[in-house]
Amino acid sequence: MAEFVPDPQPPGPSVVPEVAGFWRRFLDGDLWYSFRQSPIAQVASLLVLITVFCALFAPWVAPHDPFDLATVELADAGLPPAWLDGGNARFLLGTDEQGRDILSALMYGSRISLFVGMAAVVLSLLVGVALGLLAGFAGGYVDAFIMRVCDVMLSFPAILVALLIDGVGRALFPNAHDTLAFTVLILAIALTGWVKYARTVRGSTMVERHKEYVQAARVIGVAPWRIMGRHVLPNVMGPVLVLATIDVASAVIIEATLSFLGVGVPPTSPSLGTLIRIGNDHLFSGEWWITVFPGAMLMIIALSVNLLGDWLRDALNPRLL
Amino acid sequence: MLAFVIRRLVQALVVMVSVGLIAFALFQFVGDPVNNLMGQEATPEQRAQLRADLGLDQSAFVQFARFAGNAVRGEFGLSLRQGRKVSALIAERLPATLELAFVAAVLALVLGIPMGVVAALRRGHPLSQALMAFSLIGVSLPTFLIGILLILLFATALNWLPSFGRGEVVQLGFWSTGLLTVDGWRHLVLPAVTLALFQLALIMRLVRAEMLEVLQTDYIKFARARGLPERTVHFGHALKNTLVPVMTITGLQLGGLIAFALITETVFQWPGMGLLFVQAVQFADIPVMAAYLCLISLIFVVINLVVDLLYFAVDPRLRVDRAVAAH
Repeated sequence: MAEFVPDPQPPGPSVVPEVAGFWRRFLDGDLWYSFRQSPIAQVASLLVLITVFCALFAPWVAPHDPFDLATVELADAGLPPAWLDGGNARFLLGTDEQGRDILSALMYGSRISLFVGMAAVVLSLLVGVALGLLAGFAGGYVDAFIMRVCDVMLSFPAILVALLIDGVGRALFPNAHDTLAFTVLILAIALTGWVKYARTVRGSTMVERHKEYVQAARVIGVAPWRIMGRHVLPNVMGPVLVLATIDVASAVIIEATLSFLGVGVPPTSPSLGTLIRIGNDHLFSGEWWITVFPGAMLMIIALSVNLLGDWLRDALNPRLL
Repeated sequence: MLAFVIRRLVQALVVMVSVGLIAFALFQFVGDPVNNLMGQEATPEQRAQLRADLGLDQSAFVQFARFAGNAVRGEFGLSLRQGRKVSALIAERLPATLELAFVAAVLALVLGIPMGVVAALRRGHPLSQALMAFSLIGVSLPTFLIGILLILLFATALNWLPSFGRGEVVQLGFWSTGLLTVDGWRHLVLPAVTLALFQLALIMRLVRAEMLEVLQTDYIKFARARGLPERTVHFGHALKNTLVPVMTITGLQLGGLIAFALITETVFQWPGMGLLFVQAVQFADIPVMAAYLCLISLIFVVINLVVDLLYFAVDPRLRVDRAVAAH
C-alpha cells in the first residue's frame, strides 16, 4: 500500500536511507495501524492484490489461452462448471459457446478491463490536475471558463458523455481497427472523468496560492510555471490520488458498460463487459455461468476497490470534495 | 431574485447553444451530403446547383442558424439507418422511456427516504446495518449487471416475470402507455426495479447522512428539551430540514434516470429512446445521435433550472443571503 501514501516531500538526493526511513515511518504510522484495525480493508486489499496479480500475469497463470485457436475446440463448447453434471475438471468454471475456458477468459478479461480503467484514470488525472492547477493559479477569466466547462460536464452523467464521445469517434473513423478502438474508448472515459480532479485541485491550489512559501518563491523571482509545478503541485496531489484510487472502480464499470452496450473494446479482445454481453445472449438457454462469473468478477473488482478507497479516505482524511 | 433567475436563464441558454454547436459539428463529420445524393455521374454544375439548393454554400454561421431553427422545431432530418424522420422515431419512443423513468423515480423516493430515516434513527441496529450493506451494493453494482441478475432470477429461474419488451400497450392519441394493462405492468417491474436501485441506494445514503447531521443541531436538542415527543422531533423537525438537499439531488438524479435508462433499456430490450440512441451510436447514425443529445440536454437544463428555482423558493435563508449579496 506504500504507493498510496501521499508524501509531501519530493525525494531527496540520498535515496537509500530515505527509503528505509519511509518504511519505518510507514510501519509506525497511523495508516498501518488503521489498516491492521480494519478487517474490511485487509480483505479488500487482498482481493485487489489477487485480481491485479491474475490480470498482470494472465498469460502465465491462466490454465488455457482462450484466444489461441489451436487449443480451443468446439467439442468443449458450453460445458458447465466442473462441479456440475457434465462438467470437466479441465475447465473449472466451464466454457462458453466457442469452447473457451471461462476462468482463463476472466483473467484475460480483467487484464483488459483494468488496463483500460487505469489508463483512463491516469489520463484524466493528467488533464484534470493540469487544468485545475491552471484554473486555481491563474484565476480570472481562465478560471471562470474552465469551471463553466466543468459545470456543464458535471450536469450530464458520465456514461452519457462517454457514449457520445465514443459515438463521435466511431463517426470520425468508420473503419477503426482494434488499437484505435481502444484509444477512442480510453479517451472517452478519460474525458468524462477529469472534472472532479480539476475541481479538487483548483480548490486546494487557491488555498496554497496565498501561503507564504508561494509568496516567498514569487518574491525571489521564480517563474509562475515553476512555482505551479515544483511547489504547489506536490502539496495538492494527496487528496487527488485517493480520489484516483476510487475512480479506477468507476472507470472499470464505465468500460464494462460501454462494452456491454456493444460500443467498447473490439470483440477480438473481450473485456469483462464483453464477456457479460456474450453471456447475455445465452442466458435463456440456461448457460448461466457464461454471464454470472464475469459479472461476479466485475462485482468483486468494483466492491473491493470501493471499500479500499473508502477506508483510505477515512484513514488519511484528506480534504475531499 | 429576478437577477438570479435571469442569470440562470442565460446560463441555460449558453449550455443549449453549445450543445447545439456540438450537434451541428457532428453533422459536419458525416461526409458530403451532395456526394451521397447525386451519385458518380453528376456534372460539377449539377453539384454546385444542389449545393446552392441545400444552402451548403453559405457561411457556417448561416448554416448553423438554419440548423438551430430546425432543431427548435424538432427537425433533425432522416435517420441514416432507418430512413425515417428522426422526430417521428423519437416521438414514438419517448412515452416508453418517460413511463419507465417515472415509475423508477417514484419507487426510489417512496422506498429510499423511509429506509434512509430508519438507517439514521436506528444507528448500529442490525436492520440499519443490513440496509447500509444493501445500499453499498446498490451504488457499486453496475446497472446492467443488476438487470441481468434480476432476469436470471425472476425470468429464467423462477419464471415469474417477462424479461423483455413492453408487453401490451394502449394507444392514447400519440401516447402509447403500458400502465393501463396488467401485462404492461408485469413487463415494467424488472426494468423499473433495475433502474431505481442505484437511485434508491443513493437517496437512502443521502437521507441518512443529512438526518444524522441535522439530529446533532441545537434546534433538535432544544425541541427535545421542550419535551416534544420523539416522533414530532424526528419527523416534524429533523426530516423536514433533511428534505431540502434531498430534493435538489433527487431532481438532478431524475435526469440521470432518463440517461441511465439507456442501459436498462438495452438489457430489457425496452423500446425507448435510450435503445434508439445506443443503436445509433453503434451504427454512427448522426441525425439520431444529434437529436437525442439535444433532447436530453434540454431535459437536463430544464431540470437543473427548476431545481435551482425550487431551492430558492424552499430555503428562506438563501433568499436573505442573495438579497444581502446583491446590495
